[in-house]
Amino acid sequence: MRKSLLALAAGLLLAGSVSAASAADKLKVGFIYLGPIGDLGWTYQHELARQALVKELGDKIETTYLENVPEGPDAERAIEQLVRAGNKLIFTTSFGYMDPTLKVAKKYPNVHFEHATGYKRDKNMSTYSAKWYQGRYIQGLIAAKMSKSGVLGYIGSFPIPEVVSGINATILAAQTINPNIKVKIIWANTWFDPGKEADAAKALIDQGADVIMQHTDSPAAMQIASERGKLAFGQDSEMIKFGPKTQLTSILDTWGPYYIERVKAELDGAWKSEDSWGGLDSHMFAMAPYTNMPDDVKKIAEDAQAAITAGKLHPFKCPVIGQDGKEVECKGGANLADGQILGMNFYVKGIDDKLPGK
Amino acid sequence: MELVEAIILSVLAASTPLLIAATGELVTERSGVLNLGVEGMMIVGAACGFGGAWLTGSILIGALFGIVAGTLMSLIFALMALGLAVNQVATGLALTILGVGLSGLIGAGFVGERITPAIHLHIPGLTDIPLLGRVLFGEDAFVYFSIALIIGVWWFLYRTRAGLILRACGDNHISTHALGYPVLRIRTLAVMFGGACAGLAGAYLPLAYTPFFIPGMTAGRGWIALALVVFASWRPGRLVVGAYLFGAVTILQLHAQGWGVGIPSQFMSALPYLATVIVLVLLSRARTGGSTAPAALGTVFVPDR
Repeated sequence: MRKSLLALAAGLLLAGSVSAASAADKLKVGFIYLGPIGDLGWTYQHELARQALVKELGDKIETTYLENVPEGPDAERAIEQLVRAGNKLIFTTSFGYMDPTLKVAKKYPNVHFEHATGYKRDKNMSTYSAKWYQGRYIQGLIAAKMSKSGVLGYIGSFPIPEVVSGINATILAAQTINPNIKVKIIWANTWFDPGKEADAAKALIDQGADVIMQHTDSPAAMQIASERGKLAFGQDSEMIKFGPKTQLTSILDTWGPYYIERVKAELDGAWKSEDSWGGLDSHMFAMAPYTNMPDDVKKIAEDAQAAITAGKLHPFKCPVIGQDGKEVECKGGANLADGQILGMNFYVKGIDDKLPGK
Repeated sequence: MELVEAIILSVLAASTPLLIAATGELVTERSGVLNLGVEGMMIVGAACGFGGAWLTGSILIGALFGIVAGTLMSLIFALMALGLAVNQVATGLALTILGVGLSGLIGAGFVGERITPAIHLHIPGLTDIPLLGRVLFGEDAFVYFSIALIIGVWWFLYRTRAGLILRACGDNHISTHALGYPVLRIRTLAVMFGGACAGLAGAYLPLAYTPFFIPGMTAGRGWIALALVVFASWRPGRLVVGAYLFGAVTILQLHAQGWGVGIPSQFMSALPYLATVIVLVLLSRARTGGSTAPAALGTVFVPDR
C-alpha cells in the first residue's frame, strides 16, 4: 500500500514537471469567477465558455480559474495572484470586479485584462457584455401569445439599467401581440436566493400571473411554475430540467465564441483594448430551444430572432413612449442610442407600477 | 379567500426553517453558549440532507442526514468552545465559514440534480375544509414538526427538572457547577441539539422548499434565526410569534410589490430587520418582562478540579 502510494506520488511529481516544462511556451489565461462553478447560472456559463476555449485552443494555452472570489478589495488580491502566476490575459467575470481590475491593470501594463459587464476601460483593459434585452424581446412575444390571463409575472433582481431595459423590451414586445397585457413586477433585491425567488414566483402566480419571467439566477422560479402548471423562462442557463413542461425558452450566456476570439487575438499579437457589446448577431448569447408552445408561436419567436440577428428588428425602435406618456428623446436615429439603453432608468407606457427610486 | 389561503401557506413554509433553526439556538443559548455558527451548520445540513435524499430516494433519510451533519458540525464547535475554552464568538464565525466551504465541497457532486420533494399531507375530508383545511392539514410534515418541536422545547425548559438545570447553567454556571451538575456536559448536549435543529432547518430548504441543491442556498437564514432568538428574548412563545412575523413580512412585501403598492422594494426587503431592531429597542426599554438574556451567555467556563 505504502509502496504504491509512493509510486503514485513520484508519478504525479513527474507528470507535474513534464507539464510545467511544456507549459513554458503556452499562453497563460486566467479567469476570476464570482460564484462556485456549480451555481447552474452565471459562473457556470463562464466555466462552460472556458472549457470551450480549452477545447479549441488547448494546445496553445493554459487556463487557470479562481472561483468564489468576492467582489471588492479581495478581488484585487485574486487578480494580482493570477498576474504573478504568469497569466497574460485575464478575464474578470462580474460587474463588481470593475475597479479592482482597473487597479491591477494600471499596475501591470504588460498584462491584458477583460472585464465583463463594466464600463471602465484602459489601454490594457477591455470590457465585454451582451445585449440580453434582445432575447427578452423575443420572450415578450412568446409570453403574450402563451398567457391566458393576460398577466405576466416578472422577478427582478435589482432595479439597474440591465434589468429595467429587459422589462421594457419584454413589455414592448408583448404589447405588439396584446396591447392590454399587464405585468406584475417583484424585486427580489438579490441575484441569488432560491427561497426568495420561489416565494416571489408563488406570489406572482397567486396574483394571477400565468407566465413567469426572471432576472435572478436560480431555477427556483421555474420549479414553482412547474409545480403549479404555469409557464416560465429560464435565465443564464438551460433550466428545462427543472420544468420539462414549463420552460418556453431561456437566455443562454454563451461567452465561448468571444473568449476564443479574444485569446486568438492575443496569440496573434493583435489584442486591442475594446468595448464589446454584442447581441444575437455576434453570438454573445443564445436562445435555448423554443419548447412547450404551438408551432405558430414558435414561428413568431424564430422569425423575431432572425430579424433581430439580421439587424432588421430593434426592440427599442423609436418612438418609445415612457410611462409618463411622453415620448422618449430618440438620440440614436431610428432606435434609442446604445447609451440610452445602457443607462435606462424609466418604465415604458403600459407598466402599471413605479420603478423603485423614481 | 383563495389568495388569503395561498398567502398563509407561503408564510408557513417560509417561516418553518427559521423556526426550527431558532428553536435549536434558543436551547443552546439558554445553556449559556452563544453559537454564531448556525448559518454554517444549516448549509452543511442542506448539502447533506439533499445528498442523503438523492442517494436513497427518501426524504426522511435526507432529513436524518441533515440532522446528523448539523450535529457533527456542532461537535466541532463544542470541542473548540467548550473543550478548549476558545472564544465562542470567534469559533462560531469560523464554523460558518467552514460550513460554507464544506457544503460546496459536499454538494459539488449533485448540483442540479432533482429529487421528488417532500409531499404535502392530504387527509381526505379534513384537508378539503375551505381555508383552514389546507393550512392545518395540508402542509408538508416539516411544518407540523417545527410546531411540535417548539412546544416540546417549551415543555422541557419550563416543566422538567432537566430544563431547569439547563437554564441554571445559562444563568450562573459557577453555582450550577458548585451544586454538582456537569456544566460542560449539559452545554455540549445543548450545543448538539442546536446543531441537529440547524441541520434539519438547512435540509428543509432542498428537501421541501426548493427541491434542488445549489451552494449558498441558505442565503443568510441562519443569521435571521440568530436574530430571532434575541427578538424572542430567549422565550419559546415569542419565538413562534417572531418566526411567523418574519415569514409574514417577507411574503407580504412580495405581494405588496405585485399589487403595485408604491413603497420602495428595498425598504420592504429591509422590513423584517427593521422589525427586529424596533423590538430590541422596545425590549431594552421595558423594565419588567423585558430582555432575559441568560446571564452567563457567551462566557467561558473552565471548571476547577
